[in-house]
Amino acid sequence: MEEKATSQQLLPHLFRLEYAKMTAVLCRHFGLQHIEIAEDIVSETFLKATEFWGLHGIPANPTAWLYTVAKNKTKDFLKRQQLFDTQVKGNIRTDEQQPEPDLAFTQQLFNDSQLAMIFAVCNPANSPESQICLALQILCGFSVEEIANAFLAKRETIKKRLLRARTNLRNDDFKITTLREDAIQSRLATVLRTLYLLFNEGYFSASNNHLIRKELCSEAIRLTLLLVEHPLTNSTKVNALLALMCYQSSRLDAREDEAGETILFEQQDKDLWSKELIDKGNYYLVNACSGNEVSKYHLEAGIAYWHTTPTDNKKWEHILQLYNELILIEYSPMTALNRTFAFAKVYGDDKGIIEAEKLRLEANSYYHSLLGCLYAGRDVEKAVNHYNTAITLTKSAKEKRTLLKEVERLKGKA
Amino acid sequence: MKEFVLIFRTSNNADFKPSPEQMQERMNWMAGIASQNKLVDKGNSLSPVSAKTVRPGNVVTDGPYTEIKEFVAGYVIVRTETLEEAVELAKDNPVLKSGGNVEVREVLKREINN
Repeated sequence: MEEKATSQQLLPHLFRLEYAKMTAVLCRHFGLQHIEIAEDIVSETFLKATEFWGLHGIPANPTAWLYTVAKNKTKDFLKRQQLFDTQVKGNIRTDEQQPEPDLAFTQQLFNDSQLAMIFAVCNPANSPESQICLALQILCGFSVEEIANAFLAKRETIKKRLLRARTNLRNDDFKITTLREDAIQSRLATVLRTLYLLFNEGYFSASNNHLIRKELCSEAIRLTLLLVEHPLTNSTKVNALLALMCYQSSRLDAREDEAGETILFEQQDKDLWSKELIDKGNYYLVNACSGNEVSKYHLEAGIAYWHTTPTDNKKWEHILQLYNELILIEYSPMTALNRTFAFAKVYGDDKGIIEAEKLRLEANSYYHSLLGCLYAGRDVEKAVNHYNTAITLTKSAKEKRTLLKEVERLKGKA
Repeated sequence: MKEFVLIFRTSNNADFKPSPEQMQERMNWMAGIASQNKLVDKGNSLSPVSAKTVRPGNVVTDGPYTEIKEFVAGYVIVRTETLEEAVELAKDNPVLKSGGNVEVREVLKREINN
């Protein structure tokens, strides 16, 4: 009875961890067109594990057990297929030996296969959203339910999105077996973008489920780490992205209180920042700066780095400088607003207000919360007005509560 | 939306070797325009030293000067609805502080194969 309970706890964890790895290895063997075969074999393996472990208890080495079963199921499948080819289809070459599948589940094979899968899944034929969904399903072993939760979307929507994305994937005929350097170079930008978005989905997600969000972040880190650890993809840009993820993650626990409410950066308990992750961030940022390349990931990692340092008079100047460069590489309303915040930190709220009002992002809730923040020390009425506009514009309930608290605080002062 | 080239002219050679503060100021100006999503091309700075002027009859003279001792120091391209709006952006450029000026010119888009 007790063992049953443990197996039910262990399985979901193992499933997540091993599902993606196993699928990747098998997919490499069968080819991307037959990803369903690979997934079927892996699912059957886990099904067998649930039944068998429930009855007989968990084996000493569960992972090895899973791989033996997966290997045997693959052999069975190939035998059946060969039988079909030779006897049903009538290809009378029975003496021909089917080569043994090379399925020694070694670390090297895992890494190669997973890397190939990352590049297969991040296919520009699919929209960035679909790529993230696919990544979560195929690379991270998330269920449709879990993906729907993370995106605050309906199950059916996610299901349809995945179906369409998979069709595109099959039609594209990406060569997963031998991942070549030119294929890597031409697709690396898409891969990094998808991993970046996957991470942000976790970090900024509207979902209230802290656990799922944390998991999205750590999965994004795990996949980026695979790129860093593989000589074919260990570029300065990849290191910069990983550094960025480490810095951001270091604050994951500090920015939420026990009730799950957002704690603003300035009010965070800095002792809760993960020193270990900051150190890792520093390590990868140093690696990222070994070349001459300056990508948007470098700049964002640089900004995140400065946020981990104590406030001195130069801190915001550095941050502003990095935001200046970032906005020249790629415009986004969020970058424009963050840059203006940094500008105000350096040159004062008055100049900040002039700079902010030029942005004219009237439909953006963050535009109004920025102006609310800048006006707070100057003109309480205007500040409250902007905050109220932000409250009506924002879709996030959490954001709304944070802003309402600010309005209350200001009204109390007035 | 129309596109305008802002051409910076100056007679001050020191503008070519800006101090860190001047660099910061220029950067702030340009990033401010980019933050409004009005920057088309961050353009280039043009060297006043490594420069020649070519005239008819195989005449090549030193320097970028045409008539007066003023030269084009650089340019950027912005995107605004009107000429007036582009002029407003130009008004904040730090080159004005050191006696330079900014020429604002609409980019004419001619149809190809017309």
